[in-house]
Amino acid sequence: MAKIKYIEFNGTEHEADVANGLSVMEGAIQNDIPGIDADCGGGMSCATCHVYINDDEWFKKLPEKEMGEDDMLDQAFEPKSNSRLSCQLIISDDLDGLTVHMPEKQV
Amino acid sequence: MIKTDVVIIGAGPTGLFCAHQLGIIGLKCEIVDNLDKIGGQCIELYPDKPIYDIPAVPKCTGEELTNNLIEQIKPFNFNFHLSDRVQELKNEKNKWLVKTLNGKEFETPNIVIAGGVGSFEPRKFPTKSAEKYDGKSVLYSIKDKTIFKDKSVVIFGGGDSALDWAIELSNSSKVTLVHRRDEFRGAPASVQKIKELSDNKTIDLITKYSIKDVKGNGSLESVEIKSETGDSKVIKADYVLGFFGLIMQLGPIAEWGLNLDKKTIPVNTENFETNKKGIFAIGDICTYPGKLKLILSGFHEGALAARGCFKYARPDEKYRFEFTTASSTIKDRLGVKE
Repeated sequence: MAKIKYIEFNGTEHEADVANGLSVMEGAIQNDIPGIDADCGGGMSCATCHVYINDDEWFKKLPEKEMGEDDMLDQAFEPKSNSRLSCQLIISDDLDGLTVHMPEKQV
Repeated sequence: MIKTDVVIIGAGPTGLFCAHQLGIIGLKCEIVDNLDKIGGQCIELYPDKPIYDIPAVPKCTGEELTNNLIEQIKPFNFNFHLSDRVQELKNEKNKWLVKTLNGKEFETPNIVIAGGVGSFEPRKFPTKSAEKYDGKSVLYSIKDKTIFKDKSVVIFGGGDSALDWAIELSNSSKVTLVHRRDEFRGAPASVQKIKELSDNKTIDLITKYSIKDVKGNGSLESVEIKSETGDSKVIKADYVLGFFGLIMQLGPIAEWGLNLDKKTIPVNTENFETNKKGIFAIGDICTYPGKLKLILSGFHEGALAARGCFKYARPDEKYRFEFTTASSTIKDRLGVKE
């Protein structure tokens, strides 16, 4: 279980306890947190669950990107070097306290 | 005006298999898709990626799956209307009048929406100022490459479209290629070629930059780009091209008075009918308790929706359940000779 903080582009904060094994994306969808669309349902096949990890320490701590994630991020709205697809961030106790920031929009 | 039993919106795997099921039970259908080819997300997003969860098919690519489905519905000779989009629905005496963007008209008792997550459209530049030039000097696809001759063209993107056009246009235009990172996702040979063209100064290659603004006075004059560290540059540009892949937009479907839950359409799980009589929704676009966005779920949904269509297409007939292994009627429809 990990407590994840989701911050919308307008600054609205949401917190959710997300079970291990789910993704950060699923944590948002299941808790009706706006700002993450996840059109493809979690398959690294769209780029609509895009988030920023603003804390550099956290960014380095996250599981590394798999092949294909950066390719998909090329197609996201305003990708940056601290961008991740939240469907690829799988929850474990290690992620407790992670904060993700949403982009202005997903599409 | 084309009269038919069913109009299917979406030629992805779900729409194709629903067409198959309609053919099996003796109904006609017309299939409309916004893309210029059959296959939906399978073809557009992952033609080469293996899929491992199609029942009884241990492994196949999106393209193989599509080709097999096309083969499977061939006996029925259904019409495809590609590069077109259903724009308008009107109900008249238990029939739906359907109009497409290209002006086609259908009269049908049934519509099956198998639209995935909506229609694919190119992802555009986030900068507001680019909208002013959209379709004129800011482009997301190329119809006529001769317009770029001897012009300054700035191309954004790191995939095959961006690389291929940068290579192609470098023969007759001044090309600048801008990408947000050092790695490119295009084919290795194209990436190699781009590096060569950049080394011999045929094109300008700028990485770790993205668009900031486009500027002009009536006509486009330049594009300003920015790096993440805050640097910016201005490049002369007659044309700006963006190749950031496709996004999915619900589009006109949202205007038809259907109940919507976010970007999906709630249906009943008996026949996948929506809140509108004669309009069904299947595949990724429908939702119900327990919904899985799997191709196999779409197949099941299409089979049941097809039976739902039968009721309105043949109100005076009783639907009789038959197996393809045993029914001679079905074998006739499939053109099978024994």
